Order: sequence, then structure tokens, then C-alpha cells
Amino acid sequence: MEQAPTFLARMFAQATAWVDERIDLSGLRELIRHKVVPVHRHSIWYYFGGMTLFLFIIQVCTGILLLLYYRPSAEQAFESVQFIMTEVQFGWLIRSIHSWSANLMIATMMIHLFSVYFTRAYRKPRELTWISGMFLFGIALTFGFSGYLLPWNTLAYFATKVGTDVAGQVPVVGHLMTRILRGGEDVTGATLSRFYGIHVAVLPLLTTGILGLHLFLVQKQGMSVPPEIERSGRPIPTMPFVPNFLLRDLVGWLSALAVLGALAAYFPWELGVKADPFAPAPAGIRPEWYFMYMFQTLKYLPAKIGPLDGEVVGVLGFGLGGLFLFLVPFLDRKTAQGEKSPLFFWIGAGIVTYIMVLSVLGYMAPGGE
Amino acid sequence: MRTAWLLPATFVALCVLFLSGYAGAQKLPEGNSCIDCHRGLGDPRVTPPAEKLPEDIHLAKGILCHDCHGGDPTNFDPQGAMSRAKGFIGKPKHQAIPVLCGNCHSNAAYMKKFNPTLRVDQMQEYYTSVHGKLLRQGDQKVATCISCHSVHNIRAIKDQQAWTYPIRVVDTCGRCHGDPAYMKGYKVATDVVENYKKSVHYEALTKKGDLSAPTCNICHGNHGAAPPGLDSVANVCGTCHSLTEDLFNRSPHKKAFVSMGLAGCVTCHSNHDVERPSDSMVGTDDKAVCVNCHDPKSAGYQKAAEIRASLDDLREAVQRATAILDRAEHAGMEVSQAKFELHGASDDLLKARATVHLADPAAVEKLTSEGGQIANGTYTKGAKALEELAFRHRGLWISVGIILVTIVGLALKIKEIDRRRGEG
Amino acid sequence: METLASSRRGFVNFLLGSGFGAMAVWMLYPVLRYLIPPTSGEPTIASVTIPWKPAEVKANTGRIFKFGSQPGILVKTPAGELRAFTAVCTHLNCTVQYREEKQDIWCACHNGVYDLNGKNVSGPPPRPLEPFKVYVKGDQIVVSKGA
Repeated sequence: MEQAPTFLARMFAQATAWVDERIDLSGLRELIRHKVVPVHRHSIWYYFGGMTLFLFIIQVCTGILLLLYYRPSAEQAFESVQFIMTEVQFGWLIRSIHSWSANLMIATMMIHLFSVYFTRAYRKPRELTWISGMFLFGIALTFGFSGYLLPWNTLAYFATKVGTDVAGQVPVVGHLMTRILRGGEDVTGATLSRFYGIHVAVLPLLTTGILGLHLFLVQKQGMSVPPEIERSGRPIPTMPFVPNFLLRDLVGWLSALAVLGALAAYFPWELGVKADPFAPAPAGIRPEWYFMYMFQTLKYLPAKIGPLDGEVVGVLGFGLGGLFLFLVPFLDRKTAQGEKSPLFFWIGAGIVTYIMVLSVLGYMAPGGE
Repeated sequence: MRTAWLLPATFVALCVLFLSGYAGAQKLPEGNSCIDCHRGLGDPRVTPPAEKLPEDIHLAKGILCHDCHGGDPTNFDPQGAMSRAKGFIGKPKHQAIPVLCGNCHSNAAYMKKFNPTLRVDQMQEYYTSVHGKLLRQGDQKVATCISCHSVHNIRAIKDQQAWTYPIRVVDTCGRCHGDPAYMKGYKVATDVVENYKKSVHYEALTKKGDLSAPTCNICHGNHGAAPPGLDSVANVCGTCHSLTEDLFNRSPHKKAFVSMGLAGCVTCHSNHDVERPSDSMVGTDDKAVCVNCHDPKSAGYQKAAEIRASLDDLREAVQRATAILDRAEHAGMEVSQAKFELHGASDDLLKARATVHLADPAAVEKLTSEGGQIANGTYTKGAKALEELAFRHRGLWISVGIILVTIVGLALKIKEIDRRRGEG
Repeated sequence: METLASSRRGFVNFLLGSGFGAMAVWMLYPVLRYLIPPTSGEPTIASVTIPWKPAEVKANTGRIFKFGSQPGILVKTPAGELRAFTAVCTHLNCTVQYREEKQDIWCACHNGVYDLNGKNVSGPPPRPLEPFKVYVKGDQIVVSKGA
């Protein structure tokens, strides 16, 4: 069947045989041999989870490389990033890929989140997968927020100031939360140290655990099929995970790599100007695009809504929105009962539209209001 | 409701209190017959002084009407209040004003009670001025103290609304000196105000907020106001532009100007409408000032041409370097080091432009060639940065090429495997 | 038929193999170069090491040095104390210089004068020169922004 195995293939077979004699790899072999992926008109969405994983791995690798030169103190952070961009061989490449990949990862993660939502993949038996995924989403946003500060430039400094101010709007514990986030009353070198620790130690540790669980569950339970396709009763064609799906995955991943390289070469991530806490905030500070809709919403809310501050209402609103998404497997009774659930479709569509419209508005608004 | 009037009344009272405080106005003293009568009369001939008084610094120090005009403010009978016996002088004559003000302001012992650092020689200076001299000759139109400081509502000199606040000085002097009809008969130019307002000094004062920029009184003096003499104009300009004055004094122009009766600085730069200088002022084309004196066959003409050529060379070198560094920076390359070094070339250009006043091409050339080297060095750095950029782009396309080849291989493999699954 | 299919498969395998191989090299090369530290050593600029030794700086002199993207001035007072300030004049940003004969810091553009504490004493400058901290570590002078 196969042509004569190549040298590499033979080496690989010998290595796996050696391991197999010591640890029983038969379970793994079975999985590889029998894991299948359903093929239907919504199969395209299956690629986005893996794409997010690939981009995360890129982040880990480039992040570790950046770690070797970055210095997490207010006096040296900016200069160390400048050093990486100008003096270190290919430092510009590693840094730009890291920044661009972060954004791409959150974009694919959001596509993954909403495609799972709209195909109702969160329904039984995959509730835990959804919950762990929501945690991962929160972790990803925290990765983004903490990493953004690390170059210690003006934009990052003020974005962090505003962002931690917003956290302070949470009733009762808000002020304490802001103090804990900032490592003090204001954004200072202490904040930088804290964010650095969160970014390179705390979050990676959490991710390892929760991502491990998420991937394990996906392997154990296989891929979910959208309800209407399941309900149609027709037999669903499949393709083997190894090698068919995996090779297609690889095509996607390599394309993403090419895109990242092009972005790094043609649109290098800017360095900006070193943060000066005493200078006034520049006009037009904006958070990254994945926070833009929240930022813009807060701008639109009036100063007072009833007895509460407008900002508090906004923050609570987002909290509730997040909680809704978190608990959707348990809230969507109709889907749990195997029925169509148009309400949840429209809620989801509403959320997506809201995010898109507010983000666009955020970029269109003239700098400062 | 019977007490309904209380609310609007309180509101009005608060407004009055607030607004009077807001206007920086002070409370007028009670029981002063001058103020009470003149205010109450409502006659435009005599009421304005009392109405202007709340803004006056003299009032703030407790100096009132009778301290200047004499009379008896405790007497509410017009004859008694304004009696000659009580020293009443009425409206002082034009000639008498400086002496009237000088009674206090030239009295060191008296002024020490209020502000020991204030000068007390203003009156003395005034009589050395053109205004003072003309006043002694009986001129009724010439400026006296109140022409510049106003009267009855004189503000402290630090007050931004004072007529003598630096930004407002040109308009204060301009009330007469900018009015051709008023100045008819005097032998002074009347376009000085509009000329000054075109100048770079006025722009520095008003647009850049640089209160140290010169206005009328800085060059002409305040109280001893007189135009600087021909031979002293350069000294006046030199109080700020000391380096330039020094260069000029060391140049052959100094002696030449003196012998020709030409004023330093002003001859080329004008006195009131001092424009921002540019390289085109030097050289041999029609915008240059050098050709006003030097004819084409003279040595000076030749030197002017050389100096201009040096300046042009450096300026263009700096422009080229700036352009390429901007391009590199725009494309995302880090060139801050080169940009810093380019400052050195710009500094040299600044110094070279100042050295023009030495009228020595060799001195200018020394600076411009040094600056030129720096500029060219940074240009090279900019070019290198762009090369590195091109390298990155090339590297990218090779990467994309490799990835594409791999993707093509993958696609073919996928097709092959799919097919085999179909068969097998 | 059989050989055509197998040679096509062989071609695909070759393509794939070389593609991955080339990618591996092409990606490994930058990473390896990255790991090798650059010759210029370390990032600078919140503090700057002056390119002269303490002994080289004579009393009653001042020299311009580069602090980040701005000029700074290193002064050794007549008494022998090392001080450093920003050399950007607070009036209109010209670069100041040290005057030996007056033992002060002077701006040539409009005759602004600062004393050896950086305080603006005469002429147009509205504010003093921002001082830097000076540390002498053995044979090195290190200047850093005052916190």
C-alpha cells in the first residue's frame, strides 16, 4: 500500500515502538486511527479552534524569545523593547509577530466562540467545554490587557489607566480591585511588575490547566454537529482527523504564518514614545479593538442613570452580558430539549451586531469627545 | 405667599454681590462726598471717574480723590468740598500731570511705604523723553502719564488688563502713534504700529506667549521714550541678540556703516516690521539685502554669493537627510539615533546663519562643511535603514514563497489522500 | 498507470518534504540569530553612561553628551563637583553651553544665563534646566533622569 518508508518514517516508527514498550500507547493510537470529523456545510467552523491554538503556540514561542531581552521596570521597559526592535537580530520580526498574533488570536477566538454559540455546540454533553472555553476567553483578554502595558509607551500607559479606572467602577469592591490591579493607587512601575508577572507566569499556568481540560474534553467527546443537521436524520459523512483534517488544518496554519510575516514586514508594530506619567493624556487614546465596544459604550452612557453612575451601569451591564454567555448552556432550555431556539439565535445576533457597530463607531469617532 | 419676594430678592442680591466681586471691583468707601456726589450726578462729564474707580490700584491702597485733586471729602456741600482753601485743583492741566503724579511717585520715602522696590525716577526720565520735552514746550497733544497708564482705573503693571501689560503696549502707544490724523504735524512715521504687528517679535509676544519678546518700550524706553540713536540701535538689538551683535561688530560692515551713517541691524532687518529672516536675504539675487549696497563687480558681491552658496548646500543636505529619515521612520524603522545626530547639523546651520553677520565666507564655510558631513552621515544611516527594510521585504517574499510551495504540496497530498480513501 | 501514480505521489512527497524542510531552516535561522546577543550589549537611556572618564573631565568645564534623543550637559564645577543637566534651553530649545570665564551655563541664541545649579538667572529663559542625577561608578560616569 505505502511505498517504501523513508528514512525519517523508519526512525519515527522505531522511536514510537521504543516508547510503546514502556508506556502503552495503544489508547493514543486508537484515537489517532479512529478520530473522525463530521463533514457538513458548517464544517468550516471546526478549523477555528485549532487556529486559535496554533496562534497561541506562536505567542508562547515568540513570548519566550522576547522574555530573553525584555526588562520589566518603568525605567527600562521601553528601552528594552526599542533594543529588541533595533539591535537584536530579527528582534523586529519576533516582536511584531507577537503583537500581531495576539490580535489575530483574539479575532479567531471570537469567531470560534460565536461559531460554537450559533451551532449550539455548548449543549449537553459539552457544557464543561463551553465553560472552560469562556474561562479561556477571559484569560485571553487578560493576556491582551496585561501585555499591552509592557512596552510602557504613552498609549499603553493611558489605556491601562483608563482600563483600571473602569474596573474601579464595580460597586463595593471596585476601588480595592483597582488597587490590586495597579499595585498601588496609580499606574506606576509597580503596575508594570504586576502585569508582567500575570502575563508570563500566572496566566500561562492557568491556561495550561484549563486549555488542557478543554482539549481533553474535545478529544473525548468528539466534534459537535449542529442540531438541525442532527435532526435531519440523514447519515453524516466524516473524514479521518489524521491525516485529512490535520493536513487541512496545516494549510490554514501555514497561511496564518504567511500573513503574520507579511504584517511584520509591511506593518511593523509601532514603538511609540516612552510613557511620561506627568504629561497630559494625548488626544484620542483608545484601547485595543477587542475592548473598543466597551470603551465606546461607556462614552455614550450619560453621567447618571437613576441613582447610579453611568459608568457603573455600563460595567454591570458588561458583567451581566458576560455572565449570560457563560451560563448559556444552562439558560437555553429549548436547545437542551432538542427544539429550535430562535430567541437565543437573535440574542446572539444582537450581541454580535452590537459589538461590531460599537467597535466601528469607536474608530470613526473623532479623537476625544 | 407673602414671602414669595424673598427668593428673587435673594437671587438678585447674590448676583450683585457675586458680580461685583467677579469684576475684580472693590467696594467704594462710604461717606466720601467726592465719590457719592459724582456717582449720583449721572452726568457724563463728571461721573465716569467715580465709576472707573473700583478697578484702580490707588483705591486699593487707600489713596482717594482728594489725595490727588485736593478738597474736602467729608464736606457734602459742593462749595466746601471743592474749595481752593482745601487745596482743590479740579481737573489738572495737561502740563501739570507729570508733576502731579510725581508728587508721590518721585518721593522715595513716600513710595517706600507701599512698595520699596518701585522705582521713583519716572518723572525725571520722562522729562528726558521726546514727550517730556515737547510737553515743556507747551504741546497739548503729547503723551503724559495718564495717556499710557489711564486715569482713575489704573491697574497694577502685572495685571493682564493694564494698558502697560506687554501684549497691550503696542495698542497703548498706537492710540497716538498709529493714528495718522492725530500725528499730523509731527515728524514721526505713523505706520510703525501696523509694521510692528507684522513683525516676528509681535508674533512671539502674542502667538507664542513669550512675554520677553520686545515691544515698543523695550527698545524705546518707557518713561524716557525716545528712538535709539543711529549708533545705538545695534546696542539695543544686542541686549537680546548679543551673539549677532558681537559678530557684526567684528565684521567690516561695522566701520563701513558708521562712516556711511547707516544704523546697524536696522539697515538690513528694518526696525519695526522685523520679519523672520531667511536664507534668501543673503546673496546676490533680487530678494537679497546685500545687493542694496554691493554692485556686481565688488568683492562684497562675490563674498555674498559664496556665503549664500554655503548656506544653500547645508540646508539642502539637512533637508535630504530629514526626508530620508522620515521615510524610514514612517516605514517603521528605528532611526531616532540618526535623527538626534541630525540635530547637530541643524545646529550648525543655525550657527552658520548667525555667522553671516561676520561677512566672512570662510567662517561660514567652516560651519556648513562640518554640518554637511553630519547631514551626509545621517543620510547614509537613513539609506541603510531603507536597505534593511528592503531586505526584510525580500525575506518576507521568500518566506511566503516557501510557505506557498508547502501549501501546494499539502493541497496535493490532501487530494491524494482523499482519493485514496475513496478507493480504499 | 501504477508508476505514474507512484511517481506523482513521489513528487508530492518530495514537494512536501522540501517545503517543510525549507520552512524549518528558514524559521530556525532567525530564531538562532535572535538568541545570539548583539554587540551593543544592553539597552540604555533612562540612564546613560558618559563616554569620558571622571578624571578626564576638568574642573570649570562643561561638555554636551547625548541623553536619549536629547542633548545633556555635563559640568564639573570649579570646586570639582560633577553635575549634569538637560542642555535644552527652556526659552526656545537651543542647546546651551558652558562658559568658563563666567562659570555659568549660557544660551547663545538669546543670551539666556543659568547658574551652576541650573537656575535661570538672567535673560529670557522662564524655567531652570532640568537636573540629572550623576553617579560615579569607579571609572564610569552614569547620568540618569532624576526620579
